[in-house]
Order: sequence, then C-alpha cells, then structure tokens
Amino acid sequence: MRRFILIFVPYVWLIALFLIPFAMVLKIALSDIAISIPPYVPQFDWAEGIRAFLAQLDLENFTWLTQDDLYWKAYLSSLRIAVIATTFTLLIGYPIAYAMARAPTEWRPTLMMLIILPFWTSFLIRVYAWMGILSNEGILNQFLMWTGLISDPLVILNTNTAVYIGIVYTYLPFMILPIYSALERLDASLIEAAEDLGCSRFSAFWLVTIPLSKTGIIAGSFLVFIPTLGEFVIPSLLGGSDTLMIGKVLWEEFFSNRDWPVASAVAVILLLLLVVPIVLFQRNQQKQQEAEQ
Amino acid sequence: MSNTVFAPWDDPSEQPLIKFENVTKRFGSFIAIDDLTVEIYEREFFALLGPSGCGKTTLMRMLAGFETPSQGVIDLAGQNIATVPPNLRSVNMMFQSYALFPHLSIWDNIAFGLRRERMPKDQIDERVSEMLRLTRLAKFARRKPHQISGGQRQRVALARSLAKAPKLLLLDEPLGALDKKLRQETQFELMDIQEKTGTTFVIVTHDQEEAMTVASRVAVMDHGKIIQIATPDKIYEEPNSVYVADFIGDVNIITGTATPSGDDTYAIQWSEDTAPLTAKSAIPFSTGDNCHVAIRPEKVAISADKPSEATNAVQGKILDIAYLGNSSTYHVELPNGAVIKAQTANTRRISRRAFTWEDTVWLSWTATAGVLLAN
Ligand SMILES: Nc1ncnc2c1ncn2[C@@H]1O[C@H](COP(=O)(O)OP(=O)(O)OP(=O)(O)O)[C@@H](O)[C@H]1O
Ligand SMILES: [Mg+2]
Repeated sequence: MRRFILIFVPYVWLIALFLIPFAMVLKIALSDIAISIPPYVPQFDWAEGIRAFLAQLDLENFTWLTQDDLYWKAYLSSLRIAVIATTFTLLIGYPIAYAMARAPTEWRPTLMMLIILPFWTSFLIRVYAWMGILSNEGILNQFLMWTGLISDPLVILNTNTAVYIGIVYTYLPFMILPIYSALERLDASLIEAAEDLGCSRFSAFWLVTIPLSKTGIIAGSFLVFIPTLGEFVIPSLLGGSDTLMIGKVLWEEFFSNRDWPVASAVAVILLLLLVVPIVLFQRNQQKQQEAEQ
Repeated sequence: MSNTVFAPWDDPSEQPLIKFENVTKRFGSFIAIDDLTVEIYEREFFALLGPSGCGKTTLMRMLAGFETPSQGVIDLAGQNIATVPPNLRSVNMMFQSYALFPHLSIWDNIAFGLRRERMPKDQIDERVSEMLRLTRLAKFARRKPHQISGGQRQRVALARSLAKAPKLLLLDEPLGALDKKLRQETQFELMDIQEKTGTTFVIVTHDQEEAMTVASRVAVMDHGKIIQIATPDKIYEEPNSVYVADFIGDVNIITGTATPSGDDTYAIQWSEDTAPLTAKSAIPFSTGDNCHVAIRPEKVAISADKPSEATNAVQGKILDIAYLGNSSTYHVELPNGAVIKAQTANTRRISRRAFTWEDTVWLSWTATAGVLLAN
C-alpha cells in the first residue's frame, strides 16, 4: 500500500500540474479564433457529442506559424539570445564560483548568502531597478559623465545589451550554485598531483579543475538556458522594439491580439523545443548522481 | 658492481642531493617541523619513520614544493629550491591519499605526467605498459579509479609517480594497503628500480620491517624533529635513545643506576632484591647516573635451569605466551613485578613446546646483548 502511494503521488502531481494544463493549451491551439468569451471555438457541448467536437479541431494555427516568418525568426532569435546570454553567465559565474570555493571555509556561508540575497526582493522590482540604472538619465550614465569618460549618455536601455545585462544578472545564481558545489567537492590534492606531474597552474586548471566541474557547468548552463529561451519580462521591460523573443511574441498574441489559439500554438512549439535541453539536463543530473555513488 | 659498501654519508667528499638546513615549518602557531637538519645522498633509499602527525608528510611536501619552509633552507643538487615551482622540480611524489584523477582511466592517470613532457606517443604507450606490468594492473588499464580496489588504487598512484623516472621520488606510505606478499614483491621491485635507474627514494612507512628491508638509512622522527638517522642495523642494534629503541621493534627497557665496574663495563642496580645487571657500553656513565638497558627479546635466552655461565640471569614465572608462528614471545614476570619478554624460534611443533603458563623459568643474556642508554 505504501509503495503504491509512493508511486502514485508523483503521478498525480505530474498529471494535475503538467498533463492537464498541457492538454488544455493543446486543445486551444487546435481551435479557431472567435469573438466570444472565451475567444475561441469550439466549446465542448454534451449535446453534440465528442465526435463532432473533435471534427472541428485542426492544425490550422500550426500551419500559420510556418507561413508568417515572424514566428520562426522569433524562435531563432530567442535561441541566439539564450545561447549568448548563457555563455556570458558562464564566463562571469565560473570565476565567482571558483573564488567562493577557494575562499576560507568560514567565509563561504556569507558569500553564499550574498548570492542568494537578491531573491528576497521581487524579481520585477529588480528589473525596474535596472531600468533606473541603464536609462539615458540613469545612474550609470550620470556616473560615467561625472567621471568624464563620456560626454553624451550611452543608449543602453531598450537595446539587446540591456536584455543581456538583465538576463545575466537574473540568472547568475543558477549558474554559480551548481558550479560552486562541484568545485567545493574538488580535492585540492588533485591539483597538487597535476602540478607535481609537470602541469603549470593554468594547465592544471584546464586538465583537472574544468573536467571535474563539468557536471556543474552543464547543470548551470541548462538552468540558465531553459528559462531564458521563453523569457518575456526582461525583453519586454529592458529590450527595444527590435528585440525579438518568442516569449514576447507569445504575450502579444495573447493580450494585444487576443488570439488565444495562435498564442497556444506558439506555446506548444516552445514547449516541444524545450524538451530537448530538459532531457539533456536530466541526463547530466543522473550521471552526476551515479558518479557520486 | 664494486664491493665497496654504499655509504656516501661517511664520505666527506660526497655532496648530498638534498640538504635541509635548520628548516622549521609552522602552521599558525603549531610547529610541524622543528629546526630540522638532514642530508640525503644520491641513490639513497631513505626511510622516514615516526608516529602519526610527527611531520613526515610535511617534510615531503616541502621537497615536492607544496609547502615552503617558515625558516631555513632546502637545497636540491646544490640549489636552493625555495623559488622553484612544483612542476619544474624533477621530483615526483606519491600522495598518501593517492590523489588519482577520477575523470581519467588508470591508463591515462599513469600517462598524465609523460604527456606533459610531450613524449612521443609510442614511447608513452611503452612506458605506461611497462608500469602497468610492474604494478600488475594491466587488466584494469581501461577502468576509472572508482572501479578498482583500494590496494589497486595505491598501485596506480605508485605507477604514476614512477612513470616519469624522476631524479628524486617521494613515496608517502606507498605500500600500506597491500597484502604482505604483494608488499614484499613490490618492495623488491622498488629496490630493483632504484638499482637500475639510480633514482633517490625518500619513503614514509609505518612498517618498520619494510624500512629495514628497503632502506639504506632510516630516520626516526618525533614531533617534527629527527631523533636518529642511521643504517637499519645500527638503528636496531644501537638506538641512541629509549624512544628509538622502543619505536623500532620490540624491546625490554630496564631502568636503573650505573656504577663503572671495569673496561666499558657497568653494574646496573635496578631493583633492591635482585643482583645488579652487567652491561657493556661505549658511552661513558659516572657512578650513580640514571640509565636504561634496552634488550631485544630475541637476545634473551629462556631455560628451565639456571644457566651456569650467564652474565645476567633472573628467575621468573611465565605470564603469557604470544605465538607468532615462526617464533614465540614469552612474557616472564620477575619476583619484583617487572615483566621481561624473551623470544625463541619455534623449531619444534607447538605441542612439544618446553614451557607453558605458570612455569618457573630462568632468563639470561650477555653483557653486550643490551644497549645502555642515558635517556
Ligand atoms: N595545512 C596544515 N595546517 C595545519 N596543520 C597542519 C597542516 N598540515 C599538517 N598539519 C599538522 O602538522 C603535523 C604533521 O603533519 P603530517 O601530515 O606531516 O604528519 P605525518 O607524519 O605525515 O602523519 P601520518 O603518519 O599520520 O601521515 C600534524 O600535527 C598536522 O596536524
Ligand atoms: Mg602523512
């Protein structure tokens, strides 16, 4: 009986929180737009029966996604932004994680706290704060002009640069924490052994530290890449009109065009795209767990 | 090969390969190495012995370049090595914790150092195969370190440090996890390698038998200091202190006061109701000096009747018998409560042993059997 519950609970969880919502979104994606509440047809009607209902569903919206080049361009652009942003986050996060793992043991909890602390304020407030920092009259430009480095304000807000800054800032902890936990476990005598066998500091880092923190790097990269791909708040608030991201397109379809069926089709495709990295991420986690045993 | 004894430490014209001069190493306020001076010569097999925490690993880490002395100078081949980073020293170390790379196969672990030298690939293959054969690991070459046993891991660590054939090899308890037979075979392999390549070995061991077998000289350490450095037979036969005598092998220590009684001969009063013991000593003692007689159990003879010509003879009762296979150690309690150990070879089957518990026996030894020590 206990075994049954143990297996049953996760399935209920999965069905309630994933499969049912997904079925609902898929159904809307297969429907047609209508001026009604809710703004799509068909609605399920007991009188007509299930057969008639299913007959009205079609793949029209998915075909539409292939016809208008806005969509695939948005998918590609999201992919590019996610890849670049993940790379930047890795390049910034790795040294921070490394420094944390090398710091004296008694400092580490404090450093960890500093990494997690921003999560205690609302994400939205933090993004708005970046608007205040990056705008033409913002703190950054005022400071740079005060130092005399520039005479005219830099245009950062409402460009892709601002989007990258926002993404890197927001997702940095997701990169740092898994890398830190991999580096913290790394036995310092391995580096000594590498140096003893003729490695310089740098090649010991490259041949020992990097491979042994690989699972952390992969985990961190996916934790940044996966949410970034569908990110919508950051490009909407910090990006410009030329910042094309699929999350933003989705939002506009839903709320500006009120075209729920197309928006749902966009969401279904996005989800399918995300299945690949999610599966890879799971593999990586599993491999890491096996290695630890 | 010449027949001259290998003893560069007795030859004033020899230059040592390693020279520690008044080296002190502190960790915070803790002194791990205390004003230590030692010279190690080329082609030596130098064994470090001492209790846990006495500073053996620290000494090696300073040679390998992972710790710098707080004070003093370390010379390697006549050069101060303070500023030479570990990767540029022709020194390889086998770590006490093995420090195998978990992401590399056994084969790649052993090849790691050779690859850094940019050795041609076929030479690397050859060298690694040779090391695998030597350490009997050929079957496991493709496995990762976590897929082999502890003793196998230790052999990988050994093979990896041997692979580069360095001038100086530091082995921190290289054979501790091996069974006795494999350990002895590996000891002979090491001696063989040393003979062939002329590598200088510094080896840490907790196994004094191992130190006796392989070492040209043995250093006994305690609390960051070297108490005695000597050849294995000297350490065993002529320890310079009760500490060394007690640390190396089994020993009876009898404490008393010395009175000169002839040429290098002393009478030692050690108990009120027994006759004084007689012992010879090269170190002079004055009348009334405190002294300790250290006698190895195998130098104490055991007999049922009082031996007629023994210099020292005491009577006692057998308290305990430790059967060690090839020999037995008898613990004999004397009337004054002291317990003396006597060891005899078991040339007969155990059932035909001459003595048993509670038997009254005589113990005897000669004047030169024991060493007279001041402290
Ligand atoms: N990095 C360090 N920081 C502080 N103390 C240290 C450090 N390394 C070693 N010590 C101390 O120095 C002393 C000597 O250590 P070392 O590792 O040299 O002992 P050892 O003789 O190799 O012992 P064992 O036989 O147990 O390996 C120990 O008391 C140890 O606690
Ligand atoms: Mg040690």
